Amino acid sequence: MFNNRKTSTVMSSPYLAWAFIFIVVPLGMIVYYGLTDDSGAFTFANIASIAQPEHLKALLLALELSLISTVICFLLAYPLGMMLAKNKMGNQGIITTLFILPMWMNFLLRTLAWMTLLENKGIINGVLSAMHLPLIHIINTPAAIVIGMVYNFLPFMILPIYNALAKIDDNVIDAARDLGANKFQTFMRVTLPLSVPGILSGVTMVFIPALTTFAISTMMGGSKILLIGNIIEQEFTLSYDWHLGSGLSLVLMVFIIINMIISAISERKESD
Amino acid sequence: MKKELIQLQHISKSYDGHMILDDLNLTIHENEFVTLLGPSGCGKTTTLRIIGGFERPDSGRVIFDGEDITELAPNRRQVNTVFQKYALFTHMDIAENIAFGLKIKNKSQAYIKDKIKYALKLVNLEGYEHRMPDTLSGGQQQRIAIARAIVNEPKVLLLDEPLGALDLKLRQEMQYELIRMKNELGITFIYVTHDQEEALTMSDHIVVMNKGYIQQEGTPEDIYNEPENAFVADFIGDSNIITATMVRDELVNILGTNFACVDKGFGENKPVDVVIRPEDVKLVERGKGTLPGVVSHIIFKGVHYEMEVQAGGFEWLVHSTRMNEVGSEVDIRVDPFNIQVMNRPASEDEEAIGVAE
Ligand SMILES: Nc1ncnc2c1ncn2[C@@H]1O[C@H](COP(=O)(O)OP(=O)(O)OP(=O)(O)O)[C@@H](O)[C@H]1O
Ligand SMILES: [Mg+2]
Repeated sequence: MFNNRKTSTVMSSPYLAWAFIFIVVPLGMIVYYGLTDDSGAFTFANIASIAQPEHLKALLLALELSLISTVICFLLAYPLGMMLAKNKMGNQGIITTLFILPMWMNFLLRTLAWMTLLENKGIINGVLSAMHLPLIHIINTPAAIVIGMVYNFLPFMILPIYNALAKIDDNVIDAARDLGANKFQTFMRVTLPLSVPGILSGVTMVFIPALTTFAISTMMGGSKILLIGNIIEQEFTLSYDWHLGSGLSLVLMVFIIINMIISAISERKESD
Repeated sequence: MKKELIQLQHISKSYDGHMILDDLNLTIHENEFVTLLGPSGCGKTTTLRIIGGFERPDSGRVIFDGEDITELAPNRRQVNTVFQKYALFTHMDIAENIAFGLKIKNKSQAYIKDKIKYALKLVNLEGYEHRMPDTLSGGQQQRIAIARAIVNEPKVLLLDEPLGALDLKLRQEMQYELIRMKNELGITFIYVTHDQEEALTMSDHIVVMNKGYIQQEGTPEDIYNEPENAFVADFIGDSNIITATMVRDELVNILGTNFACVDKGFGENKPVDVVIRPEDVKLVERGKGTLPGVVSHIIFKGVHYEMEVQAGGFEWLVHSTRMNEVGSEVDIRVDPFNIQVMNRPASEDEEAIGVAE
């Protein structure tokens, strides 16, 4: 006979094995490579190399662009989330589909589509020149990278915010109005605070992939603009310096962990 | 007569083509405990939301203290609401919940502190300032919702089935608490319920609604003793509702037997409904009453016996502290003033509108 504990161990073993092989092992390897040199001796040099000007520049640019993208995503997603949450039964299906449907397409393809739109001789400029309007030169600039990030990660901001807003009972909003709050006060004192958990997970889900991306910056930045993700990628695929690449990854992980700690703390405060 | 405070004038409201309220007229006086009573879906909450300002009527006016407030936003009205499901702010503690309206009005710290204390005392929850709403029981949350509303000193407190989620004992306790608070505050309560007993216990004035129409208004005694139509009679307590014929003034033929009554002005040989409350049906020895019958059922109910008596082809419901064995042959007697005669509506629609028109 099984006892329950044994059964659940047996049942979860494929998952545990999966987690071990694909999460724990690679993480262990990154830590190992990051903290050793070619000869296998322990060193902090890989991590310290973040201080090199070109690495530092790439890190700061990545932080800047991912922060900007996160803010833009938030500013776009919040009103949309409110609209979606308001007509809970109305045309929500259509709007949701419009934003979710692109997610079913490979994200490289979607980014490629933006490239062809924004290229100097691309579709947008084609239309502009046909209309004798000044052309835009966005491709291969940080702005193009931000567009790519916002476009790709916006749904990850909308969904948690929508979920948080949809959970707020209409009566609670009515209660605030009843107690004398105007629409703006109701929003600031009730709607916004009650949606903080959704905002936090949205921010995390946009900020982290934006911070670490290399595909978007490669395609939209034309490999002239290097983010920290690009540097790490190049260490692995071009210079074959796994030690340096892993060391820089560890530095990046610190920022991810900081982000997660901040949201965990604010979430705890919320529920207190 | 007390001063008129709220007037609903010719209020109509429909959702998606369904008429919910149709030309509703209602006057509410100062310092009154008014109850809107009716079955589920009859438009009670809708009426309350129109008074609170959360819904605009399609037509008609809402007059408050002589002023037309039909278009006024809810935050500018001198009424506060206790919502059907409490609707506390879960991200604030109890003190912050109660202080919400006062902070909006920029009251001083000291004033707010005093008010919180006073309100918590009024609802018997002293010392709960720093608890979070979701750590309180349903009854406690309900009382906080009341406290949160009354600190704003509204002229009118709207309560939407505030005791609906509570168990019987807590319900009864809260009924007395609410009456006490009402007397202490000296303000108007507009109370919604579909529980007729609650309505009879608490109200100064009851408004019975059905399908968006007011069926009858009056004191609990009026409503109970003199229901104006079969719906009200049936909705308020147990009753025998029997089709009958008004022979002439003060004489009604019920199930083939003439009964003396006190009603006049229905005309001669007119079809009517009569209502007789079960406790007004007297069972007497065969030969000493008006209509012969046989006891067919008996249940002990604690305070009284509930019996069913077959008489004149109708199953009479009888409440009495004295029991008669099943099968015993009895006579039914009803005192003239206990027979309530009502017009019989000609159709379903007319039934909804009621005879009050
Ligand atoms: N926002 C709305 N949209 C569409 N129909 C509604 C809306 N609000 C209420 N109704 C309908 O109006 C009718 C009356 O509703 P209302 O809430 O006033 O009933 P009630 O008397 O309060 O009932 P209950 O005792 O169940 O609370 C119901 O048939 C309901 O379905
Ligand atoms: Mg209701």
